[in-house]
Amino acid sequence: MTKQRLVVVGNGMAALACLEEIYRRGGPPQAEFEVTVFGAEREVNYNRILLSDVLSGKKNTEEIVLNPLTWYAERGIRLHLGEPVAHLDVQNRTVRSAGGIEASYDLLLLAMGSVPFIPPIKGVEKPDVFTYRSLEDVRVIRDRANRSQNALVIGGGLRGLEAARALAELGLEVTVAHLMDRLLEMQLDGQAAAILRRQIEELGIRVLLGHCADEILGNGATEGVHFTNGTAREADLVLISTGIRPNVALAQEGGLEVRRGIVVNDFLETSVPGIYAIGECVEHRGKTYGLVAPIYEQAKTAAAALCGDQSKPYTGSVTAAKLKVAGVDVVSMGNFLADGAACEEMVYSDPTAGIYQKVVLQGGRVVGGIFLGDTALSGRIFQVLQSGEDVTLQRKGLLRGEGGVPPASVMALPDEAVICGCMGVCKGTIMAAIQEHGCTSREAIAEETRACTSCKSCGPLLDQILQQVLGGEYVKTAQQPVFCGCLPLDQTALRTEIKVRGLRSATEALRALGNGVGCAVCKPGLSYLLSEVWANDHLEERQHRFINDRVHANIQKDSSFSVVPRMYGGVTSPEELRRIADAAERYGVRMVKLTGGARIDLLGVSKADLPRIWADLGMPSGHAYAKAIRTCKSCVGTDFCRFGVQDSISMGIAVEKAFEGLYTPHKVKLSVSGCPRNCAESTVKDIGLVGIQGGWEVYVGGAAGMKVRKGDLLCTVETREEALAASAKFLQLYREEARYMERTYDYVERVGMETIQKVVLENPDEGSALLSRLNQSKALAQDPWLEREHPVHPRQFEDLIPAPAGASDESQESEVRSQGLEG
Amino acid sequence: MMNTWVCVGSVDDIPRGEGRKVALGDLVVAVFHLDDGRFLAVDHHCPHRRGPLADGLLCGKTVVCPLHGWKVDLDSGNVHGEGAALRTFPAEVREGRIYLSTREVLLTR
Ligand code: SRM
Ligand SMILES: Cc1cc2nc3c(=O)[nH]c(=O)nc-3n(C[C@H](O)[C@H](O)[C@H](O)COP(=O)(O)OP(=O)(O)OC[C@H]3O[C@@H](n4cnc5c(N)ncnc54)[C@H](O)[C@@H]3O)c2cc1C
Ligand code: SF4
Ligand code: FES
Repeated sequence: MTKQRLVVVGNGMAALACLEEIYRRGGPPQAEFEVTVFGAEREVNYNRILLSDVLSGKKNTEEIVLNPLTWYAERGIRLHLGEPVAHLDVQNRTVRSAGGIEASYDLLLLAMGSVPFIPPIKGVEKPDVFTYRSLEDVRVIRDRANRSQNALVIGGGLRGLEAARALAELGLEVTVAHLMDRLLEMQLDGQAAAILRRQIEELGIRVLLGHCADEILGNGATEGVHFTNGTAREADLVLISTGIRPNVALAQEGGLEVRRGIVVNDFLETSVPGIYAIGECVEHRGKTYGLVAPIYEQAKTAAAALCGDQSKPYTGSVTAAKLKVAGVDVVSMGNFLADGAACEEMVYSDPTAGIYQKVVLQGGRVVGGIFLGDTALSGRIFQVLQSGEDVTLQRKGLLRGEGGVPPASVMALPDEAVICGCMGVCKGTIMAAIQEHGCTSREAIAEETRACTSCKSCGPLLDQILQQVLGGEYVKTAQQPVFCGCLPLDQTALRTEIKVRGLRSATEALRALGNGVGCAVCKPGLSYLLSEVWANDHLEERQHRFINDRVHANIQKDSSFSVVPRMYGGVTSPEELRRIADAAERYGVRMVKLTGGARIDLLGVSKADLPRIWADLGMPSGHAYAKAIRTCKSCVGTDFCRFGVQDSISMGIAVEKAFEGLYTPHKVKLSVSGCPRNCAESTVKDIGLVGIQGGWEVYVGGAAGMKVRKGDLLCTVETREEALAASAKFLQLYREEARYMERTYDYVERVGMETIQKVVLENPDEGSALLSRLNQSKALAQDPWLEREHPVHPRQFEDLIPAPAGASDESQESEVRSQGLEG
Repeated sequence: MMNTWVCVGSVDDIPRGEGRKVALGDLVVAVFHLDDGRFLAVDHHCPHRRGPLADGLLCGKTVVCPLHGWKVDLDSGNVHGEGAALRTFPAEVREGRIYLSTREVLLTR
């Protein structure tokens, strides 16, 4: 039987999704395909959604490739890269590329995506003006960014903002100029856009609204941008991101029906029989799409149709746009502006916390929504939006995630329910990945189906499905993630193996339990684990530590270091201040600054000077650079304050001395306040003590950094000693049980206060065992700044010194040369 | 082409698994003592934002920049996943001393 010749124009996300589906179906019933693909780009199919990560340097090109060359080769696909199709001859059923390659087809699939829309601006042809659509664009932008200072992004839509963030991460000054009066007007309402704007500005990105660019300034080179309101901005790199237009040129030439996009019917067939079209280049029922999920739906239907199966028409998609702008999660769906009759809006807004949630209802059904900052509920809301079910009875709980929309087991959802909104992967596909392809983890499912490869917000749903399908087996592995790919054990198992096998150094542990090499993620973690398991009686190997822990100071952007001496409880003296002042002058410290942790920072010290400045200060290390016990803030308390009910200063000093020098899974900050007015902010510290009449409250798990969390009350006790003991037991439990890099705020939430209280308060044996293990570690803890006298390596703080120029040891040099070494 | 080798110190100056910086005129080089005993040298400044690579964490023959984590392969000088690459400098050990070929110095001056 003759093979059907399928020619595909476009080698992007839509085209390949369709091909994959065809192969998944095993081809059409009557014949096999002979497939030829033309791609205008030089690359194989990659994940365009992740371009910003490549731009910012977070990912490399290989990491975003979806179909490597081998994928095409294994299927015998003829692939022409860098060959845009320039002619389409519908009569003779042939296409011809710009490079003259001709191919005849029985079936033709057009998937040419879109082209950037460039508004009329004078000077857009200048060399430093870019659009942002492809890997090639990313390459040239990055190249220019290396030499640039000032970037201006024209267009505050989804892609423009992503580009702005990536450019800011590259260290450029970035301004976004947007025509409309709010950012992301296609996804957000005014209130949400205002919150987002503030957060973007907090990242140092400047936002100009209502600015319409009309000219790129500069004589030859790009120097700035002029706007219709008469103002101008400096910029040496301009990125235009003002929307896209379906790429229809080829279809027009071939005489297909084209309106805004290439017109297709419910089976994605164009006006010419045998020619199909999918993706951003098509118009279906009057709509065009610019997101992956609907395009993947089209690809499925087209694949079926190409294989002769017309059982499931494509009727259009309701889209939910998911994106991360400046680290903020944004989901927008359906009729988010509540346009039209009888729409009501339910809104929860917390601008300070950067959270905005809105659901639009019409006749008892969810028709739209916006989620910003906290998108946990958006998946469920999108499901009820898609299903169109009546939610009148659950209105109250809709935005609370309680009672309202039942957190129905994901298993109750139909197979067609979309689980991964970004990639348009539905539940049936995920079930098949687990049941038929043996996937047992999120990662494996991602590999098999591409779900959860973009914004990752469907991760918890995947876990739920895995858990339901695989049962107990999965629960075990899922709750304890593997320590690292280099050391494929979970942390509990790793601790046990270290102990049982008596492994005392990171090198030994890596050889015995891992790949022998390790990486920047696991080596510092492993080093901590070893020190903790052996209560500091381990074999310290500095080469596995981050630079801060090799030289006991915090590295700065200019390669110098900062020095923060310990100041117990935040108390200092004139004598100490004098030494600090002298040392600051002697070593040319660039700035002396009070820290947010209530002590003094000497900034801009060179590595070689560290041992000397420590000696001159004569104070112990404040560990401001380490995953260790940090500061203990205190307030003035009974000694001076008219409200003080407890002696917070002496307590602060005592607590800091008791724990000083201990390393921890993540940093641990302490604080003691003398009364419930809580001037030392004890309720937002990892461990915080608050004096009350006749006793102390002990709070744990508080924080006020990236996450603001009020600590949980561990216990209320009567004496200082009890308060100290409770803190110490909690600290040791955290040291032993928390995952590396898990702050107490996450640890407490993961384990639950009840469990912690049971161990720390209700079980005297376990409690005193914790205390004695803490004391053991403490006994061997020493001030790392004493390494000024006994460095672990004689040249721990020193650079290399070359032999004097010219005299570069003539004899040696000629000897080397005479032995014929080549450079 | 003329080869100039400069002695930059003794093998004991760099602990195994770490790197050290050396300034050779305008040229700043990071020299690494690998776990397998080899010595490799590349430009000291990270192409991202001039992070001090000699202070990076060494994993096999990859060094991770201490500032923002770019990864440099010390054999080739290639930055993982970036278009960027650093110059590498041939290094040799003779009688316990480390020599770098400064051919690059001559070229860049
Ligand atoms: C020096 C100091 C800022 C200042 O000038 O005041 C500071 C400086 C840094 N902080 Fe901080 N933090 C400083 C107080 C704080 C505080 C306030 C406090 O301690 O009471 C917080 C919020 C409290 C908290 O953690 O709950 C704070 C929350 C953070 C965070 C967010 C942690 C989180 O999980 O939420 C980071 C990032 C991290 O640790 O991953 C961070 C990370 C950093 C680093 C180490 C970033 C880095 O890796 O280079 C900064 C070093 C700058 C430098 O060049 O030396 N810093 N940082 C403060 C030193 C206090 C001290 O005496 O030790
Ligand atoms: C920076 C960026 C961020 C994005 N972020 C998201 C996101 O977070 N979520 C989301 O859902 N979507 C996102 N998108 C949109 C998503 O990438 C597109 O919707 C999707 O790639 C469209 O698929 P497609 O196959 O229609 O077009 P494309 O993937 O663009 O593929 C079309 C291909 O056809 C080629 N081509 C064009 N003309 C010819 C010709 N004549 N001959 C041969 N080849 C030709 C093009 O070069 C291109 O390679 C983003 C897009 C960009 C650019
Ligand atoms: S000191 Fe802290 S808040 Fe300030 S820039 Fe550094 S990490 Fe950010
Ligand atoms: S300077 Fe090296 S990664 Fe940023």
